[in-house]
Amino acid sequence: MTGQYEFKSKWLPYLLVTPQMVIVFLFFFWPAAQAIWQSFFLQDPFGGRLIFVGLGNYSRLFTDPLYAYGDSFVVSVAFAACVTLVSMVLALFLATQANKKLRLGSFYKTMLIWPYAVATMVAGVLWLFMFNPNVGVIAWFLKHKLGVEWQHLLNSGQAFLLITIAASWKQISYNFVFFLAGLQSVPKDLVEAAAIDGAGPAKRFWRIIFPLLSPTTFYLLVMNLVYGFFETFPIVHQVTGGGPGKSTSILVYKVWRDGVINLDLGGSSAQSVILMVMVIGLTILQFRFVERRVNY
Amino acid sequence: MTEHSRVRRIAPNLWLWLAIIVLVFPIYLVFIASTHTSADILSAPMPLTPGPHLLENYKEAVVEGSKNLGASALTMMKNSLIMALGISIGKIVVSLMAAYAIVFFKFPLRKFCFWSIFITLMLPVEVRIMPTYKVISDLGMLNSYAGLILPMIVSATAVFLFRQYFMSIPREMAEASQIDGATPMQFFWHVLLPMTRTPIAAMFVIQFIYGWNQYLWPLLITTKQEYYTLLIGINRMLSGADVQIEWQIVMATTLLAMIPPALVVVIMQKQFVAGMTDREK
Repeated sequence: MTGQYEFKSKWLPYLLVTPQMVIVFLFFFWPAAQAIWQSFFLQDPFGGRLIFVGLGNYSRLFTDPLYAYGDSFVVSVAFAACVTLVSMVLALFLATQANKKLRLGSFYKTMLIWPYAVATMVAGVLWLFMFNPNVGVIAWFLKHKLGVEWQHLLNSGQAFLLITIAASWKQISYNFVFFLAGLQSVPKDLVEAAAIDGAGPAKRFWRIIFPLLSPTTFYLLVMNLVYGFFETFPIVHQVTGGGPGKSTSILVYKVWRDGVINLDLGGSSAQSVILMVMVIGLTILQFRFVERRVNY
Repeated sequence: MTEHSRVRRIAPNLWLWLAIIVLVFPIYLVFIASTHTSADILSAPMPLTPGPHLLENYKEAVVEGSKNLGASALTMMKNSLIMALGISIGKIVVSLMAAYAIVFFKFPLRKFCFWSIFITLMLPVEVRIMPTYKVISDLGMLNSYAGLILPMIVSATAVFLFRQYFMSIPREMAEASQIDGATPMQFFWHVLLPMTRTPIAAMFVIQFIYGWNQYLWPLLITTKQEYYTLLIGINRMLSGADVQIEWQIVMATTLLAMIPPALVVVIMQKQFVAGMTDREK
């Protein structure tokens, strides 16, 4: 930007950034600092007095069976990994199909893209409605046609399956948009040249198209993990309430529950800090990829 | 034509139809449920074809709302709309101003502002739930539109998108406008903004959907019915026992909650796709 023309004004730029900066400090930095600060204290339940406990809140998370933070961690990782895998594989497959010359091409695309607009919470309601043991169509079918009793509020495997389906269903459209854009930018003559050289469809896909898609795939991998870890709160909150027991209590659900319902400020703050570290890691991963893409 | 190539021609269509059915079936069911009585839905298996109660169900949902809720879909729709428009327009205005300052002005705190905005990427609501709630409560903004909107109108992605776009604009234009005697704000209004229409439209689509679909934040700060958004209302209606739930009202409300953002995506599909995939760069 050196040598570029710039306006000269002493006060105008500050006026322009003020609204943004006020909100950034008031609602982002100050609360984040509070979370870090409070994670070192225990709040006295009677007097509201703060007692310094050092890293006590953190070690309690992992040692106190009341928190079972390790379990929550494992569930979150499994959940995020399943959702990422299922929704990315399906979306990539559908994008390769929709990228072919089809008479109904633009109709298909619209139909596959618009569910992006469905709220994560609504995705939870839709699948909850189909799998509700009393009124659900699929639950009824499973019970009366296949002899499977569906009780996701009692069976933790079923609960995990249900939130995974709902979360993946919601994410397919997002991944589809990116994969389709990626596929459309693959040079056609390259693929044709490979075909002339005798490479079959599978070989063309894995040797040429898939490697060219790798920037998109990597970007989506990070975004889907972020989604799986952080943005699926509404589904868990609506569909399972973290249960049965704590079997689907993913990290964001737990931090909400321990803070808002159990009013455990110290424990919840320590969890917030751990989540912050995770987001920072994922963001760095994402931006390192952007740099690489420039060189690509 | 060989059998092989016919299969290859038809297969993609079959797969795509299958996917569309999987994506649409749950929504079809919601529509079906919204046209029956609660008793029909509870008598398993529920009907799979439309019933005769469409008008009365939607009328009840929109005018009165579910009995145990105390908020009508109309009120909640108004709240969702205010929140969605407040967040999307607020984000665009605040981000445009910040991006303009960062790109077109040289001032001592420029780098600091840029990096501060960048760091917000790493602080989603989910990681600062309790302290942000406390700030809002200290400011007396629980159960208010300001509380619903203000903490959401910072967006590093929007600032970056506008920054990127502004940087591609030839600086000679700014210089020329100065020579012609225009103030920086006149340049912003009369030259820069009209040129930025496309990215603004793309941002609006994405942020409107983001705002309309907010859940965790309104869940935290709205306890009074008159500030419930549609999604919060649906959650509250579903929190009772299965037999007490008025499924037909819940499903009518759910459909109403899906229509506005879906319409925005379908109508502005081109801007939406461009806006989404541009972010990646």
